Amino acid sequence: MSNNFDLNNTFDPDRGKLPEKISKEVPSKLPTPAKGVDHYLRRTDTDPKAARRAERQVATMFALSGFFTLVFLVSFVAIPREKKIAVNLIGVTSAQNLVLGVSFGLAILLIGIGAIHWAKKLMPDVEMEQERKPIKPSDEVQQEALDAFRVGAQESGFGSRKLVRRTLLGALALFPLPFVVMLRDLGPAPKGELRKTAWEEGLHIVTDITYQKIKPEDIPVGNLISAMPENILEIQEETHTLNERGKSAILLVRMRPEDIKSQQGPDWDYQGILAYSKICTHVGCPIALYEQRTHNLLCPCHQSTFDLSDSGQPIFGPAARRLPQLAITVDEEGYLIARQGFQEPVGPSFWERGA
Amino acid sequence: MKYITKFRRRKSAPLLVLFFALGFVSVVFSAANVLVSPAQARMGTDETLVDKGSVLFAEGCSSCHGLNGQGTSDGPTLVGVGAASVHFQVSTGRMPMAAPGAQVMRKEPSYNEEETLALAAYVATFGPGPAIPSEEEINAWVNADVAEGGELFRTNCAQCHNFAGSGGALTNGKYAPSLGQSTPQQIYEAMLTGPQSMPIFSEKTLTPENKAAIIRYIQELNKSENPGGVDLGRLGPVTEGLFLWTIGLGALIAVAVWIGARVR
Repeated sequence: MSNNFDLNNTFDPDRGKLPEKISKEVPSKLPTPAKGVDHYLRRTDTDPKAARRAERQVATMFALSGFFTLVFLVSFVAIPREKKIAVNLIGVTSAQNLVLGVSFGLAILLIGIGAIHWAKKLMPDVEMEQERKPIKPSDEVQQEALDAFRVGAQESGFGSRKLVRRTLLGALALFPLPFVVMLRDLGPAPKGELRKTAWEEGLHIVTDITYQKIKPEDIPVGNLISAMPENILEIQEETHTLNERGKSAILLVRMRPEDIKSQQGPDWDYQGILAYSKICTHVGCPIALYEQRTHNLLCPCHQSTFDLSDSGQPIFGPAARRLPQLAITVDEEGYLIARQGFQEPVGPSFWERGA
Repeated sequence: MKYITKFRRRKSAPLLVLFFALGFVSVVFSAANVLVSPAQARMGTDETLVDKGSVLFAEGCSSCHGLNGQGTSDGPTLVGVGAASVHFQVSTGRMPMAAPGAQVMRKEPSYNEEETLALAAYVATFGPGPAIPSEEEINAWVNADVAEGGELFRTNCAQCHNFAGSGGALTNGKYAPSLGQSTPQQIYEAMLTGPQSMPIFSEKTLTPENKAAIIRYIQELNKSENPGGVDLGRLGPVTEGLFLWTIGLGALIAVAVWIGARVR
């Protein structure tokens, strides 16, 4: 076995220093300009005045950049944080924010513009040719690499020590398994939760946010109410999640009974009051852009449109299924209640949902 | 002369002459009323308001809504729309309408507050409908709970009028307008009457206190500042994306072209 390492040589106190034979002088021979390319001289190449002017312009930009950095620093200290100013286009805004942003932006922009201007006007702009190096290394280099690999393979004993090789391969094969198993921890499987909501027979319908029971006579034709089941707050307290709110939200609308073309069940309305899920069947956005004249309900996310006068059928957009309707009636005190839960899953489709 | 004679012989001529006369009277009337302070006019008896309104109505509204507000092929019936609806439509300049279309737009009102109230009082006689909210109801927002208003706004209003009250698109060219110019009274009346595509939010399901809270929230929105700079209409990712893709990328391309351009 050959050993090319000299242990005494691994630390080199002179590392980082320039070798003496490398010259710090600018090479006198620059790469040769390309042949066969028409070269145009810039005005700064021919006219010293123009060159000086360009130099001044670049210097001005750098100086201005420095000035704006100073403006930034001064305004950071000098402008009170609460100070507001009214600016055209923006309106009332924080004076400090505005000045800091503008000065910092200009400071860095002027460095960039100055550098580009410098390169374009004053640095040499001759077209040059540079040979591309061959991608394939020489035969000797290839042979050297192969030799090194073979020596390494032999020295490690990967070919001869079978036990080591097999246990290593086994360990590497097992190692990715935890990453697969951890996918299980993305959350408990929803089981039946996607299929049912909090709604069930006899639950009062209450207004969202204010949680008041609703009487039919309080809903004029053309009215819209965002509503929830009466027990929504208790459920939220119990589960500490908003999942049920996300599923059980409904809309109540009232139209003239003669305007109702169809419903999802016989007399699921109550005197023209219809209850539909508020969750779009496309990807589950809350949907309440109700046009009371056309009875169209438009989803703000992807413009799915449902006709609430016609069983909540989708009439435009990517949603493929109708909005589930909730059958409603009134209790003996005259408050609106659910007659039963939703008869189909609300919200977007999922893999196991079926048709 | 020939034209005049022809005109005189038409059956509708007396009616038109009557309209012009009534119109002239109403102009004189309203001119005289400018001198009367609004508070006094509000206290004037309903009958004078109704009479004045009937004159204005015949002159400005009846061609589309019918002489008795029964509606024609050009305009819906006004029976039962109530005074609040008239005040909203006229004070926002939507009525009288400039031209029919998918959406009637807000513009400079054609009638002053006195005339608007007169029209509202007259239309209210056609049938029962929501009345103009009282001063106390309109001004209750000053002390309303802005946080509750925000919750109610996001639940009931933001879907169409956008989270910042900037409005948004509906179907077939209709849209929910921006709330930036709306007065507290107009917001109240809109919730009460459901103009155009907007649904109604009745007094029982969205109580006067709830409405006051929503109005307060909108007022706070309208005077809120833009700490982040240009608000681009407060429309969210649509205008922001458009700005970046056109102005932002355009500027980058311009710089790239400048860097690569030949220097003379």
